[in-house]
Amino acid sequence: MIHRECGILKTSYEADMALYPLPIARWTVGVIAALMFLALPLAVGEYYLSLVNLISIAVVGAIGLNILTGVAGQISVGHGAFMSVGAYTAANLAVRLHAPFWVALPLGGLVAAAVGAVIGIPSLRIKGLYLAIATLAGQFIIEWTINHVTWISGGVQASIEVPRPRLFGVAIASQRAMYFFLLVVVVVAIVAALNLMRGRVGRAFVAIRDQDIAAEIIGIDIFRYKLLAFAISSFYAGVTGVLYTYYLGVANYEQFQIGTSIDYLAMIIIGGLGSVLGAIFGAVFVTLMPIVLRYATETVGHLMFAPSDVANVTTNLRLIFFGGLIILFLVVEPEGLERLWRNVRNYFRVWPFAY
Amino acid sequence: MNSVLRSLIGASVAVGAVLAVAGPAAASHEIVIGLECDRTGPTQVVGVNLCPGYDDYIALVNSKGGVAGHKLKVIEIDHEYKVPAAVEAYERQKKDGAVLIGLYGTPQTYALTQKLTEDRIPGTSPGFGRADATDGTRYPYIFPIAATYWSQATAAVKFAGDQLKGLRGKKIAYLFYDNPAGREPIPVLENLAKREEFQLRLFAVPPPGVEMGAQVLDIAQRYRADFVVAHLFGRSPSVSIKELKRIGYPLRKVVSFVWGAAEADIDAAGGYAVAEGYNCLEFAGVGENYPVLTEIREMYKKEGREPTKEMASTVYYNRGVLIAAIHVEAIRNALRAKPDGTITGEDVKRGFERIRDFTLGGLVPPLEITPTDHEGGGWVQVWQVRGGKLVRETDWFKAYSDVIQAELRQAAMKKS
Repeated sequence: MIHRECGILKTSYEADMALYPLPIARWTVGVIAALMFLALPLAVGEYYLSLVNLISIAVVGAIGLNILTGVAGQISVGHGAFMSVGAYTAANLAVRLHAPFWVALPLGGLVAAAVGAVIGIPSLRIKGLYLAIATLAGQFIIEWTINHVTWISGGVQASIEVPRPRLFGVAIASQRAMYFFLLVVVVVAIVAALNLMRGRVGRAFVAIRDQDIAAEIIGIDIFRYKLLAFAISSFYAGVTGVLYTYYLGVANYEQFQIGTSIDYLAMIIIGGLGSVLGAIFGAVFVTLMPIVLRYATETVGHLMFAPSDVANVTTNLRLIFFGGLIILFLVVEPEGLERLWRNVRNYFRVWPFAY
Repeated sequence: MNSVLRSLIGASVAVGAVLAVAGPAAASHEIVIGLECDRTGPTQVVGVNLCPGYDDYIALVNSKGGVAGHKLKVIEIDHEYKVPAAVEAYERQKKDGAVLIGLYGTPQTYALTQKLTEDRIPGTSPGFGRADATDGTRYPYIFPIAATYWSQATAAVKFAGDQLKGLRGKKIAYLFYDNPAGREPIPVLENLAKREEFQLRLFAVPPPGVEMGAQVLDIAQRYRADFVVAHLFGRSPSVSIKELKRIGYPLRKVVSFVWGAAEADIDAAGGYAVAEGYNCLEFAGVGENYPVLTEIREMYKKEGREPTKEMASTVYYNRGVLIAAIHVEAIRNALRAKPDGTITGEDVKRGFERIRDFTLGGLVPPLEITPTDHEGGGWVQVWQVRGGKLVRETDWFKAYSDVIQAELRQAAMKKS
């Protein structure tokens, strides 16, 4: 948020290490939390909550990918597949063993983390584009496996229907109930990622991203931290898959294909690599912008085109505008929306002076 | 003061008049339908022709005064074949009061099944999606309304048997797109192979399905198949036609499932001369000679416009008309119980389950949708490429209902 630091004195190590050292920052976080937990669910209808829910799920996945790609500098084009690993793990646990969601959710993440760490092994030897291709192979291997091994996929249709998660005997089914369920997971994901990034592990990731040989020389165990980055990131992806499974009531790998992996990469690149806020911005942008554009092009389209052409024209216009907006934002600020936001903040921090 | 009073009286009279006019108008309730489309995604070749067919039929109904005096309003949303977009589309359609959703896409149907059931809004999945949704007791709010992949598989085998004059000892090749939709009919085909004592071999085409030289060579020269059943999507049907032709395999011994059976596939393969003999399964009538299409053309003429160019792509356009017509018929049945137009999803569901003897001049098969059979029988026709156009080869037929029933029972057992 927009605030100034002057006059804030830190008198203890705890104060210095706090996640939000400034009182005003703590208040803004508190206000946002109150908005999200109380005001928003009371103020808006089911439809708008369903949009927030889709964003919430995307936020978890984007944060996970941002830890790997943005913080640790390892590209992955296989995150869609890691999501499907989490989804099918949770679905099988829920259907075969009747596991409750608080068991299936972390276990889905853990299995995805294990698979992700294996897919990440090539990262020890290769970087950049070559690693992208290696993770792409991981994406296709996982897809193929789920499609062909009916023990995992539950039959040739490769979809497993999952009952709604239950808490204290109440099914979490409506968009409103789902909203709170997802919000809690998102908060945990955000807090965990913020702390991870500023801790020892996060610093090690950054060192590896900036120059891995230098990192090795100053004593960072590359083997351990690269695979850890893959594991943590895949854990987030797995949890995203589990959330989708519970949200939709079905595990189906066809929604976690290569296109999904690319979508998530787009989110973090548009939002800003290497920060939690960037992942959130990116998830909001990629999820919400097509919907906003659809409303806009529909409204304008009805004024300009014959009714029979509107549907054909507006759907394509929307894609053009969406692509154009991505290019525009990246040209204006290549480091993403998060950097754009920081520029605005820094401007107002010293306003009305230039510096 | 006097003038203020006068204007107040005037205003109240005006308001009263507006209310009086609005009163009876409110009695004709607008009925909202949600339609999900893919005009821009990987299967846009279907959407750009199917959705206009849907819209035109609804426009035709509205131009005649709607259904029992109630106008229809379609909220069409393009989901690019993406699941999150389909979820958002559904939530918006629900918010706007949709009593019926036209789904599109297999993963999207899976993703929305539970929500539709909880919200008690019927959704239709014609020709794709889950075959086990035929069982209305397990999936009360999902309506395939057209032949599922299981029914298409049995029909294809029946057709092959008729062409080969008996199946015993014959070699059938199943050439399929290697995704869940492509694999769905495999158990049915294997059961039929056992029962009719023919050999069955599976030839998977990995996505995106534009590379199948090896599979086709295998089918024609090593396996020497007597008949080929093809189940491909998107660009791949045209590739299969081209490859089979190139290798000299007779295309009249090939029958394609419904998503590889359109004019667009034949054009992309190199035209009707190349595809001569190719057999297509269809769940809606093909061609322009149906009274309903004449009515649509007249509607356009009356509005002083040319009929849309999509009408020329009759396979998908007619399917759009069929889906719309069945939707309208379900709504008509629902309105019979509630003529004031305040129908809900549950009423439309019951409306679907009363559809029978509704053929739209031959464009729609003799459906009979019941509370237990949401597919309506699983009827198809076979159309063959002959002399530059698609020619009807068989009338509506279905086959091996007992095999499908057994499969449905097994699916229900696995669930519980």
